[in-house]
Amino acid sequence: MKGIGKSFPGVRANDDINLTVNHGEIHVLLGENGAGKSTLMNILYGLYNPDEGEILVKGKNVKISNPNVAISLGIGMVHQHFMLVPPFTVAENIVLGSEPQKGLALDMDKAISDVEELSKKYELRVDPRAKVQDISVGMQQRVEILKTLYRGAEILILDEPTAVLTPQEIEELGIILKSLVSQGKSIILITHKLKEVMIMSDKVTIIRRGKVIDTLETSGTSIEELAEKMVGRKVSLTVDKGEAEVGEPILQVKGLKTLDNRGLEAVKGVDFEVRSGEILGIAGVDGNGQSELVQTITGLRKTTAGDISIKGKSITNLSPKDVTSSGVGYIPEDRHKRGLILDFPLSENTILGIHRSKAFKKGFGLDYRKIREYSRKLIKEFDVRTPNERIYAKSLSGGNQQKLIIARELDRDPSLLIASQPTRGLDVGAIEFVHHRLIEQRSKGKAVLLVSLELDEIMALSDRIAVMYDGKIVGIVDAKDATELELGIMMAGGRRPEEH
Amino acid sequence: MLSIISILVASTIRSATPLIFPALGGTFSEKSGVVNIGLDGMMAVGAFSAVLVSYKTGSPLLGLFGAMVIGGLFGWLLAFLSIHFKANQVVVGTAINILAGSLTTFLLVEIWGKPGQTDNVNYFTPWGPFNMFTYLALILVLVSYYVLYKTPFGLRIRAVGEHPRAADTLGVNVYMMRYICVILSGILAGIGGASLSIGSISLFKEGMVAGKGFIALAAMIFGKWHPIGAALACLFFGLADAIQTISMSYGLNVPKEFLFALPYMLTMLAVSGLVGKATAPAADGIPYEKGEK
Amino acid sequence: MENWINDLKSSLKNTMKEILYPLAAIVISFIAGAILVYAFGKSPITAYKALFFGALGDWNKIGETLVTTTTLILTGLSVAFAFRCGLFNIGAEGQFIMGGVAALWAGWALSGLPPILHVTVTLLAGALAGGIWAGIVGWLKAKVGSHEVINSIMMNYIAMNLSNYLIMTVFNEPDKAFSYEIAPTAKLWRFAESFVQFKYSRLHTGIIIALIVALIAYYILNKTIRGYEIRAVGFNPSASEYGGINVNRNIILAMVISGLFSGLAGGIQTAGVQYRVNNLFGFTGYGFDGISVALVGNNHPIGVILSGVLFGALQKGGPMMQIEGIPKEVVGIIQGIIILFVASNFVRVMVQKYKENKEIKAQVAKGEVK
Repeated sequence: MKGIGKSFPGVRANDDINLTVNHGEIHVLLGENGAGKSTLMNILYGLYNPDEGEILVKGKNVKISNPNVAISLGIGMVHQHFMLVPPFTVAENIVLGSEPQKGLALDMDKAISDVEELSKKYELRVDPRAKVQDISVGMQQRVEILKTLYRGAEILILDEPTAVLTPQEIEELGIILKSLVSQGKSIILITHKLKEVMIMSDKVTIIRRGKVIDTLETSGTSIEELAEKMVGRKVSLTVDKGEAEVGEPILQVKGLKTLDNRGLEAVKGVDFEVRSGEILGIAGVDGNGQSELVQTITGLRKTTAGDISIKGKSITNLSPKDVTSSGVGYIPEDRHKRGLILDFPLSENTILGIHRSKAFKKGFGLDYRKIREYSRKLIKEFDVRTPNERIYAKSLSGGNQQKLIIARELDRDPSLLIASQPTRGLDVGAIEFVHHRLIEQRSKGKAVLLVSLELDEIMALSDRIAVMYDGKIVGIVDAKDATELELGIMMAGGRRPEEH
Repeated sequence: MLSIISILVASTIRSATPLIFPALGGTFSEKSGVVNIGLDGMMAVGAFSAVLVSYKTGSPLLGLFGAMVIGGLFGWLLAFLSIHFKANQVVVGTAINILAGSLTTFLLVEIWGKPGQTDNVNYFTPWGPFNMFTYLALILVLVSYYVLYKTPFGLRIRAVGEHPRAADTLGVNVYMMRYICVILSGILAGIGGASLSIGSISLFKEGMVAGKGFIALAAMIFGKWHPIGAALACLFFGLADAIQTISMSYGLNVPKEFLFALPYMLTMLAVSGLVGKATAPAADGIPYEKGEK
Repeated sequence: MENWINDLKSSLKNTMKEILYPLAAIVISFIAGAILVYAFGKSPITAYKALFFGALGDWNKIGETLVTTTTLILTGLSVAFAFRCGLFNIGAEGQFIMGGVAALWAGWALSGLPPILHVTVTLLAGALAGGIWAGIVGWLKAKVGSHEVINSIMMNYIAMNLSNYLIMTVFNEPDKAFSYEIAPTAKLWRFAESFVQFKYSRLHTGIIIALIVALIAYYILNKTIRGYEIRAVGFNPSASEYGGINVNRNIILAMVISGLFSGLAGGIQTAGVQYRVNNLFGFTGYGFDGISVALVGNNHPIGVILSGVLFGALQKGGPMMQIEGIPKEVVGIIQGIIILFVASNFVRVMVQKYKENKEIKAQVAKGEVK
């Protein structure tokens, strides 16, 4: 790819990018969230058209105007969020768009046998007849890879493939990739995870703010160098925490059981506590009940059994309003869905949850002058970058939206702060801000429950780490003693090495 | 006794026929992810066009084609505004219903010079107990089932309605699929309208559609967005209608307004209670944005 | 002090922008209507002149226009209010009909009451009936999750049949296709009684009631806690739930309030205009026109007032066009086109695309210069 440029309203996503990928190479595109790596690959796969620049495949200049062209050139893409139709079977998903036909009809038998053949050839275990909504995440990823191979992909693009995998599954993926390379494929990996870059790749291209910073041999560089190039300044990869001064238990959860949206048990009997002055991190692969657990504590979901208490007072099955007034603050994992009303101005967002308080009343209605004053105070205190408090929340950047939510929750001085994936989709500066605030709560003697899919984050911030697997807590360890291997085993359902 | 049952069955099928076409149309449209609230209006313009073309040409067959073309045109309008302008599909559908009403009234007065209803035109006389529309409906139900569930085209339609981005990444043209399905729903609704006018009473009367387009939508939901299920649901609503017609001619002592209201009440029950956990296609009603991350 | 002036300036600017889009749609639709009239061999200028003077030519005509406007403002408010909670109240028509019937009952059956009380009770009965009628739909949505669009439309048909049944039996004026008349004490005062300019129009105090109700609606929506919650649920039920807002209760509340407005419209129609209810052979159209009014008024109470005047004028001016040989249905078509343009955000989208293109061109130019 030579001199690629692409603009969207308000942002120059790609600026004069040059990228060369050689045959049989695993090449990583490294960059923070929003750096432009996905945009570049979407151009390569024909989902976007570049404003400037050219693409050469096997030396020939090509114009990739849509995915069909990309596919015909041997380019295949596995997206970060799987592109699988949940009620369809594996076979249906794989052949969609290139279906084998018998006359007018879809030849399902041939589709299934084709999939089985391919599965055997590349040693990617899948069940062609299973519905995608019923299979594991690991198998879903294999289906995605098979989708590209079914169409004869020679160049495979994988976008953040390890986001949903346990450490062991990540190792397995590494083996699959090496096997594919040995069969003549070339692979482009998009990631922001430095460790994986070092383990899995041959070459790295770092992208920052839409521009290529450098292209290096992986063997000749280090995590620190990559981090610095990725962000543009020296980055401290550890968080300065200080010793924990732990006190009374603030949150106590006993025997908690909850159902998910499909009526199946998602939380199968969970016990733990979070004490004042400590951060308890809940680690685990997505979909093991963490979301439902948090929803139950915050009152957004009903329990079927068990007890939750704050400072000894039961909050089991209370409404979100009552849970909040019992001293619980919540930074939701999906800030656009749960955290903010995007079409409300910032001022109206800051009072969400306390909009009934006497402080904002005037006669029969609301005192908007006081509300605006309050929001201005919060915006200043928490450094939310915005021209004023009247603009709509949807105009803020992700980082500033998160800051606003944090400002709102922390100003109510909760005894327990629950942070669910608080740094998802944020750039390094915003991530630092969030981590800083979480540690601050801890220093102030509050209790913090951190739920995150990023193991590094959990390990850096937590005092104790609980691992969730299949709706249960399979172990709680001191962060000081925990290793990634140990946690990885637990995340995949194994036991701690000390126990049988 | 037997004769009453056979009359009931025949009447049920006759009442269900005009519902089946828009119900199938709604199914195609929603399976591809677009809500079509404008079916009722499309039936109205279809009914009117059929009469108009038959009036001008003397041929009911051409009238039917006219209905299909005009219905398809309004379907295109819905598709264009909801897909390209990403307008709210329910609002646009409602707007089409309102526009259809005004347009048909206007043209009715302009062309026939009097309000209320048109003159008689050539129409389809029945073959056996039913007119050709009933047979057409049966064929279309089976064809729809085959297309949706046995062909690659149908697989792609369903993919576009459940997870359009997944289909897009495999080279399926989401916009084109939706356009086709929505225009198809307009054509089918047009046929449904024609079945009401030149399929039975040989003229167009203001208000003759009487909300059948909405009952067809209810049938679609009741039938869980499956062509055969929708058709069966149409039979059910046809039954309610038939009971009303028969009660009147047999002089049963039920207030006629209650019987008129019966299909609508049943629809509410169907949509609110008896349907259970049926879910629409996942992307139903959500405009597709290319290139969102 | 400065802050206050800046606030005012920017909210005026926003309001101007908001008005511009529907206004552009209206202008385009009138042009389309002109083309249609011309295509049928008539002069658009004659048509529009007849339309304008037919609606606003003298005080009497203005009075008549305002009669229709009264109803449209209320049904428009009804639809607009529900929209603010993310709900489509297509059932305004049915709520209007039930309101009319309930008012009829109160106006006819409770004949012993003193005038002011009687009128109030009559109107309240209408509003209440509409509120209940809409509340059923809201309750179904909240409890069972069934879509309010289909249910509302079904309730329209049920309402029409129920009304006809009651009119032809319980309230029936013998041998006639309409009901008894309401008592004189239940009738709304007409301007014709004291103002000679309005001698030939049916303009009544309903118009004042409608305006006051619009202001109340504005206040509720934008200045109260209830309104805050309703708007929050309309934009984002999930975040509202976390914010301690009872989503279901607000859905039902929004529908009920919405129904109150349409029911009141029906009550005013009975108490102010017709004094009785007729057997319906089809829908009155007021409820559906309310949808148009709400859309063009951008779901804002003040916008609804202006939009109500526009549509009221269109409807009253139509028959005047008829006299000039132009079918009054042209008005209906113009209305339909207006809605399509507004519904599709046509103008807004075009303007946005134009702006985006300009911005991208500018960025590329900057990049190349570098």
